[in-house]
Amino acid sequence: MSNDVNIQITDRDGVTHCVLAPTDMALNLMEVVRLFELAPEGTVGVCGGMAMCASCQCYIESNHELTEKLEDEDAMLSEAFNVKSTSRLGCQIQITNELEGLKIQLAPEA
Amino acid sequence: MITTDIIIIGAGPTGLFAVFEAGLLKLKCHLIDALPQPGGQCSEIYPKKPIYDIPAYPEILAGDLTDKLLEQSKQFEAGFTLGERAETIEKLANGTFVVTTNKGTQHNAPIVAIAGGLGSFEPRKPSIDHLQDFEDKGVAYMIKDPEIYRGKKVVIAGGGDSALDWAIFLSEVASEVILIHRRNEFRGALDSVDKVQDLKNKGLIKLITPAEVTGLFGKSKLEAIEVTEIGGLSQRIVADNFIPLFGLSPKLGPIANWGLEIEKNAIKVNNALDYQTNIPGIFAIGDVNTYPGKLKLILCGFHEATLMCQAAYKIINPGKRYVLKYTTVSGIDGFDGTRKEAPKAVIKSIN
Repeated sequence: MSNDVNIQITDRDGVTHCVLAPTDMALNLMEVVRLFELAPEGTVGVCGGMAMCASCQCYIESNHELTEKLEDEDAMLSEAFNVKSTSRLGCQIQITNELEGLKIQLAPEA
Repeated sequence: MITTDIIIIGAGPTGLFAVFEAGLLKLKCHLIDALPQPGGQCSEIYPKKPIYDIPAYPEILAGDLTDKLLEQSKQFEAGFTLGERAETIEKLANGTFVVTTNKGTQHNAPIVAIAGGLGSFEPRKPSIDHLQDFEDKGVAYMIKDPEIYRGKKVVIAGGGDSALDWAIFLSEVASEVILIHRRNEFRGALDSVDKVQDLKNKGLIKLITPAEVTGLFGKSKLEAIEVTEIGGLSQRIVADNFIPLFGLSPKLGPIANWGLEIEKNAIKVNNALDYQTNIPGIFAIGDVNTYPGKLKLILCGFHEATLMCQAAYKIINPGKRYVLKYTTVSGIDGFDGTRKEAPKAVIKSIN
């Protein structure tokens, strides 16, 4: 289990789930949400993970140092709704060992 | 009333390939799509992105895939109702279906194939008080007839291609165009960004950035908007029209109320046989369906479309025997009179 990291995800109904996300499957955070079915199918990861829809927007609630936003993500967030300073697109965050203990909340469906 | 053999709801890759497979069986198709152009997600969301898992294409752009699918089936002369959303379905006494769009266009066929992907693309609406109240009274999310903006004061919000393109276009039609975006940076084709810069320099487009529209005012129709600069002051601006362009998001929409079995935002189908839904004569193919082991891949949609057409053939031609033919052997006879076939070998002695 050394390849798994604990991630705490609060879904759109406010329910918090603790999941063990594998780091050896090249997953991103959006895919972890889908893996554990924490949002209805078709409401998260709509564009498939191309930073083109913002359906995987989440708020980062812990102080983890995440990879910097690339241009695509930044531009998409500039057009998305319900954006906060802690907003990220889950599809742009790769699951790595550094994410152990990460806490996120899914942004409302828009 | 448009009549055909198969009404296909959704003109994405699965729907377009279904036209080809139906054509081989001499069945005609008519496609309905909420988007103004065929291709579905491939043309709307990611036309310039490569796809690597289409058999025989090591790499193909989504937009090019759409073009090739259209070309492959063009001799089967499918009809298109574009820019309209399939709204209701009704079964007639003779067993055929009537599908009516939001604009009232009616289609009649014995078979309906729903190839709706993630649903119809609906505009994403910003949360501004009274936004809904001003819809069609100055507020619109899509530009259907640019002429209605002639001589008007138009406010466009958004930072992507459609906001840029429409700002450019309307700068020649409207009396004033104001483009409002939350950031100073825009994301669009380079020439669109340059053109907006040029029009701004010439005073033909007014830019307000970084800012957001935060209020709408008017009695019977829109008369003014409130714009708030990020971290700054608000001001009221006289405006006849407000066009928020924040992209589209797919919604299963009215299809969800057609009495079909829905699971996980998708339509349940019989995958052991033919991808028929719980209503005989209505099929669901591609990303819109679900069954044990379902994979939302374009190539799976192609396979599902092929089997759906076989089942459609049997329903339309009850009791008629069918034997699979290979296109290499039998060629393709188009409904437009064209014929494609393999070159004939000659038998000739060589001396």
